[in-house]
Amino acid sequence: MKDERILLAHGAGGKQSRDLIEGLILKYFDDPVLKNLSDSASIKVPSGEICFTTDSFVVNPVFFPGGNIGKLAVCGSVNDLAVSGAKPVYLSCSFIIEEGFKLSDLERILKSMAIEAKKAGVRIVTGDTKVVEKSKTDGIFITTSGIGIRFSSSPAGIEKIEPGDSIILSGAPGMHELAIVCARENLKFRSSLKSDCAAIGHLVFDMLSASKKIKFMRDPTRGGLAAVLNEIALGRNFGLKIYENRIPQTEAAKSLCEILGFDILNLACEGRVVAIVSSQDADRVVSVMRKHPFGREAAVIGEVASEFRGKVVMETINGYQRFILMPTGMQLPRIC
Amino acid sequence: MKYIDEFRNSEHISALVSKIYTISASIGKQVNFMEVCGTHTMAIGRSGLRKVLPGNVNLISGPGCPVCVSSNSYIDAAIEISKNKKTRVVTFGDMYRVPSGRGSLEKAAAVGAKIDIVYSPLDALEIAKRNSGEEIVFLGAGFETTAPLTGKVILYANQQGINNFSVFSCHKLIPPAMEALVNDQQHMIQGFICPGHVSVIIGSRPYEIFPREYGIGCVISGFEITDILHSILILLEMIAGKRKVSVEIQYSRCVQSDGNPNALSLMKEVFDVVDTEWRGIGIIRSSGLEVNKRYSQYNSVYRFPINLKGSTDKKGCICGQVLKGLKKPFDCKFFARLCTPENPVGPCMVSTEGTCAAYYAYER
Repeated sequence: MKDERILLAHGAGGKQSRDLIEGLILKYFDDPVLKNLSDSASIKVPSGEICFTTDSFVVNPVFFPGGNIGKLAVCGSVNDLAVSGAKPVYLSCSFIIEEGFKLSDLERILKSMAIEAKKAGVRIVTGDTKVVEKSKTDGIFITTSGIGIRFSSSPAGIEKIEPGDSIILSGAPGMHELAIVCARENLKFRSSLKSDCAAIGHLVFDMLSASKKIKFMRDPTRGGLAAVLNEIALGRNFGLKIYENRIPQTEAAKSLCEILGFDILNLACEGRVVAIVSSQDADRVVSVMRKHPFGREAAVIGEVASEFRGKVVMETINGYQRFILMPTGMQLPRIC
Repeated sequence: MKYIDEFRNSEHISALVSKIYTISASIGKQVNFMEVCGTHTMAIGRSGLRKVLPGNVNLISGPGCPVCVSSNSYIDAAIEISKNKKTRVVTFGDMYRVPSGRGSLEKAAAVGAKIDIVYSPLDALEIAKRNSGEEIVFLGAGFETTAPLTGKVILYANQQGINNFSVFSCHKLIPPAMEALVNDQQHMIQGFICPGHVSVIIGSRPYEIFPREYGIGCVISGFEITDILHSILILLEMIAGKRKVSVEIQYSRCVQSDGNPNALSLMKEVFDVVDTEWRGIGIIRSSGLEVNKRYSQYNSVYRFPINLKGSTDKKGCICGQVLKGLKKPFDCKFFARLCTPENPVGPCMVSTEGTCAAYYAYER
């Protein structure tokens, strides 16, 4: 197994395909619906509204401190559902694998996907595997789609945001992208930084259970906190004001950003949530979040303001103000 | 002491700001200082400093962002090189997006050009070793700060007999560009905040011409907010007559008046000083570095049919005058119409903290 590799035959639909699916994939993805290996999964959903999402993952490198492409693929779709106010229940999972990819690496990826799905309470019920010729892809690409059941108390919606509301962030931003930086082979940084990659469905559920006055939630992935806040503010009648000294940050992250000239606010997270909450409930939501392993550093980092319409402003640690702009271009290629 | 927070200490900042207010009030009239270096511009933007300074202290962002001033013709040529199937272009990341008349490296990569982004020129050599069947072209960009590194890599390539590696240099020199700006009779610059890292290499002597010939004070500044405020204070003291108009080293923890002799001799060994084109400004005499004859086998210009045509800058771009503090971005007919951060025409729009980009983001 250690040196065995994916062959084109594994994707040809014959015996080797079957062996790969039954011998390796079903070993970890053991859902009864999936095990039928039928063309589609037949699943029960309760009446009411469902949320449906899809996301593709192409991260380079495939393994990075704090996770791998498989964990990321499960967390990504789970988080997209959760911040939309839905309990994630079903996932599909599609692999595009490069000829020559190590089976042992595939197994590590499958294993972590299974663990992550179990933790998130989500079932992988359908999937697909394709193999492409050497150099037609970069190791492995994964697409997950997810179905979630709308929580009874979903966020009220971006249009309900008003001046005075609080902006809450669940933890230090940018850790995923910084971990990817450290894992890139041509950047030889040694650090203790780990990706924040995590499924935050349970955290979001606890938040929504604690308050009916959560107006908006988003997981700040590509473009980071800066992109999410600008998306919220763009074209609106209000501005967003955040405070640099309230944003949780580690020394390692700060130093790495200094060296590379990154703005931490522009860097991707894969296990954080930004929430806009009515100020009366902000402290309660934060204290609920802090009890959760993925929300220990949660803090109110700012508020919705009647000034700076359509813009995002940060008060720096020295008490001065600067605009936070929508990031343009890329900081690094292929981070998720 | 980690040398980050200590230089952002609020008490020190308040003390400096209050001194700046006192002395600028005593001066009364408007004073214009140029922060030459793009990293200073970034630091000023990030700290929110521009809004904190007294109304009569005006900071002009200078030409010191190396990618912003890369000429259209250079980018065109780099794109042309990248189209060769046997070639791999290696570049610093910030060059990747810079537009020219014909697109950008980013767009070239989208149609199949092999372009690698690195953080150190040494990585380019590693890439050359790994891809012996390809021609590796390193885009040598940057000022005196990065030029010695490129020089060192050429020496390594020579020592190790690596034959599939060359440098397409657009390295530029800062003092000649500063001189070109103040040679304009109408310029309004009354003090230079000189680049810290360039000065680590070149020292303080190359700036002495400015107080001597032009009566303009220079302060070599560090990049933290206290550094920049301190440098502004020193320049104001020069204007107020409380200090001699001279070259002062504020960034004394890194810069010595003689610079780094090893780096300087390395540059001399590998490069010739040549006339070169700056986007938005035009050709500045003796302001560029080209790999010299001795190392010509590492000069891409000799390995590829490169035709560096003259400027293809759009006529009507007033970045040159914006850089001299003579005009504001609003005075430009391209501003926010033909020239935007996504499709910049001139250097002041390329960098997010360039004068035009800052106006585009904050002042419209």
